[in-house]
Amino acid sequence: MTAYIIRRFLYAIPILIGVNLITFLLFFVVNSPDDMARMHLGQKRVTQEAIQAWKQEHGYDKPLLYNREVGGIAGLTDTIFFEKSVRLFAFQFGSSDAGRDIGYDISQRMWPSLAIAVPVLLVGLAFNISFALFIVFFRATYIDFGSVVLLVAMLSISSLFYIIGGQFILGKVFHLVPISGYDTGLQAWKFLILPVIVGVIGGIGAGTRWYRTLFLEEIAKDYVRTAQAKGLDERLVLFRHVLRNALIPILTGVVVVLPLLFMGSLITESFFGIPGLGSYTIDAISNQDFAIVRSMVFLGAVLYILGLILTDISYTLVDPRVRLQ
Amino acid sequence: MPLMPVLLWTDALVFLLIGLALGFAFHASRHEHLRDPWRRVVGSRVGVASLVVLSAYGLVGLLDTVHFRLKLDPQVGWSQGMGAEDAGSANLALAPELTRRSDAPTHYSPEVLSLLDLVLSGLRERQEKTYSAPFATHLFVKEAIEQSDGSVRRDYPRLEHGGRHLADPARQRAPDIALRSLIGAVKGALVWALLSAGLLWLLARRRGETMAATWSAVRCGRTAVPWHTALTMLGLLLLLGFIAAELALKYHLLGTDKVGEDVLYQTLKSVRTGLLIGTLTTLVMLPAAIVLGIAAGYFGGWVDDVIQYLYTTLNSIPGVLLIAAVILMLQVYMSNHADAFESLVERADLRLLFLCLILGVTSWTGLCRLLRGESLKLREVDYVQAALAFGVGHATIIARHILPNLMHIVLITLALDFSGLVLAEAVLSYVNIGVDPTMNSWGNMINGARLELARDPVVWWSLAAAFLFMFALVLAANLFADVLRDAFDPRLRRGA
Repeated sequence: MTAYIIRRFLYAIPILIGVNLITFLLFFVVNSPDDMARMHLGQKRVTQEAIQAWKQEHGYDKPLLYNREVGGIAGLTDTIFFEKSVRLFAFQFGSSDAGRDIGYDISQRMWPSLAIAVPVLLVGLAFNISFALFIVFFRATYIDFGSVVLLVAMLSISSLFYIIGGQFILGKVFHLVPISGYDTGLQAWKFLILPVIVGVIGGIGAGTRWYRTLFLEEIAKDYVRTAQAKGLDERLVLFRHVLRNALIPILTGVVVVLPLLFMGSLITESFFGIPGLGSYTIDAISNQDFAIVRSMVFLGAVLYILGLILTDISYTLVDPRVRLQ
Repeated sequence: MPLMPVLLWTDALVFLLIGLALGFAFHASRHEHLRDPWRRVVGSRVGVASLVVLSAYGLVGLLDTVHFRLKLDPQVGWSQGMGAEDAGSANLALAPELTRRSDAPTHYSPEVLSLLDLVLSGLRERQEKTYSAPFATHLFVKEAIEQSDGSVRRDYPRLEHGGRHLADPARQRAPDIALRSLIGAVKGALVWALLSAGLLWLLARRRGETMAATWSAVRCGRTAVPWHTALTMLGLLLLLGFIAAELALKYHLLGTDKVGEDVLYQTLKSVRTGLLIGTLTTLVMLPAAIVLGIAAGYFGGWVDDVIQYLYTTLNSIPGVLLIAAVILMLQVYMSNHADAFESLVERADLRLLFLCLILGVTSWTGLCRLLRGESLKLREVDYVQAALAFGVGHATIIARHILPNLMHIVLITLALDFSGLVLAEAVLSYVNIGVDPTMNSWGNMINGARLELARDPVVWWSLAAAFLFMFALVLAANLFADVLRDAFDPRLRRGA
């Protein structure tokens, strides 16, 4: 087990190197630092001196891959590739193009993001599983049919409309919760209710439909028919047999969804004005702060790979048939 | 030539896609095992109904894909009203394309139009000053109006076009709307009756029955293809369409936006963007996904390792961030090479194409993994082993045995991805990494309208229009994808 986990972590290294190379190519080779400088300083009539000054200020004035002037080992380290890309492996994100420390910002903004993503995940999971069990309990009836129609309809609505609708109805018409904003510490809860509700409702369509399929697949298996033939109560069959066995794909699904939560809160956070990582990234995109976007790409990849490894480990914990070699 | 055709990059790809689809349809119609699943699709009522809706969208999108530039009348050109003398200098400043071909005998308008623009030219040209509600006769905001006696009063001015024909809007509007809806409904019903009669005649000829017998069969749903569902859906669309068209002649059916553009026109123009994102993305990713997926599964070994490494790496970058990074870089490139693009339309078009490309890069990995798994299984199947033993080449085996057995996966993935991509467009445009801000798209409409919800009274119509059109398209696509999956997936078929 330990050996397996260690090996998985080692596998992650070439992938992260690949991610790093892709971002490096995108940010420094497709467009040279000169282009970036020109973009930041404004389009027209930028002097070469201004570009040089900007590059120097942000540390983009070095050669891309190898510094001939310094030479030797130092020639490899005193480059843009080493300074901006390799350092990411040590989680040294450096400073943003606006001059702030990215690592510090991330450590600060992580918590509001989690404050939304975790409740959305847990409440959504509980609700979707219950709803799916309810539908499966009434399978092949009009309740089943109606619910599936409802789910497909909910699935077809853009997440933007859930957010706009939630803000409009709960925030503006009924004045139940503040429309957007954030507060420090425990005061934040009233700002979190609306995003969490919206997040959960937005996920019902896809989530419940998927769980329903899983349960139906499980319920068609022989052991369930045996249990039913023995005269076991339908509720017991559902909870003791179907739910437990269907939990395995649900669990892996949840871990796979984790990086998507990261993306989902991108929109939610900026709509609700929550100072999390999502709105951080959005701000960086609209301010064209490449340093932050680059760091977030790397961080996202790390989290995703971590999610994959956790999935595999969780398999062994819940399913005794799975053995990792 | 009264017009000069313009072929944008995306147009060319759309025509390629249509060509491919037609070729595939022709091929499938000649092979029984390929026809069978399609027969199931059109045999299902949900499938037929969603197909009708999708075709309506497709028609709008297709009309909007035929681009051209109109010829300008040499005497009364577009510079009319500027004064003949200074028109020359204005020419230079405003239309570099015109001056470049100033030696040519005919001038073409710099504005790239599509067939849809011509059809909707009424909607396109009837601009108001700013917001107006659906069916409104007055502007949404107060303005200072000069009275006939010279005094100035602040009030809601009459619209320049919406409800202009009414002398007393407050009293006449409701009956006028009702009357026009009725006329539209009658027209729609007539067209529907004509189309149905044509269809019945064709059906009757094919079935070798009388029209009456065919009609009763269709009405009671005793045909293999549920024509009654198709006709009902078609009737519904035609009625709505004709009522809308009749009303749109005199009113702004869905209101106008901030700069006074008709919202109905905007939503209809957005259809093409939505469809393009949904289809072109999969089209551009398809070759890579198929080739790499099959290669990884079929050859195994180091090829498999390399390809797996490639897609795991791409997959581990969060999609939005990769898109953001690429679009940002594209912006940098475009602003540094501004002269490489002839017109705004072309620039917006290239950006759309790039968005499709990069969306494709982020979404091909799923399909690739599926194809790899399936070809891994197929490689061990007896007939492939037999072919290998007979010395058949790898290329032939892949083309004859592997690829045809994978097509259902490709098709199902295409259909399932479509709706997600349409929805993704809206989200990406909100983050400003979607289509060009000058391009009509639902995402841009939502983005422009969402801040106006804070107004009192609320400006809701842009959002409502985008919601309605997007919802109908995505719902139809979702339903159709489900039917398609049920018909094509052999695993599900056996159970049925």
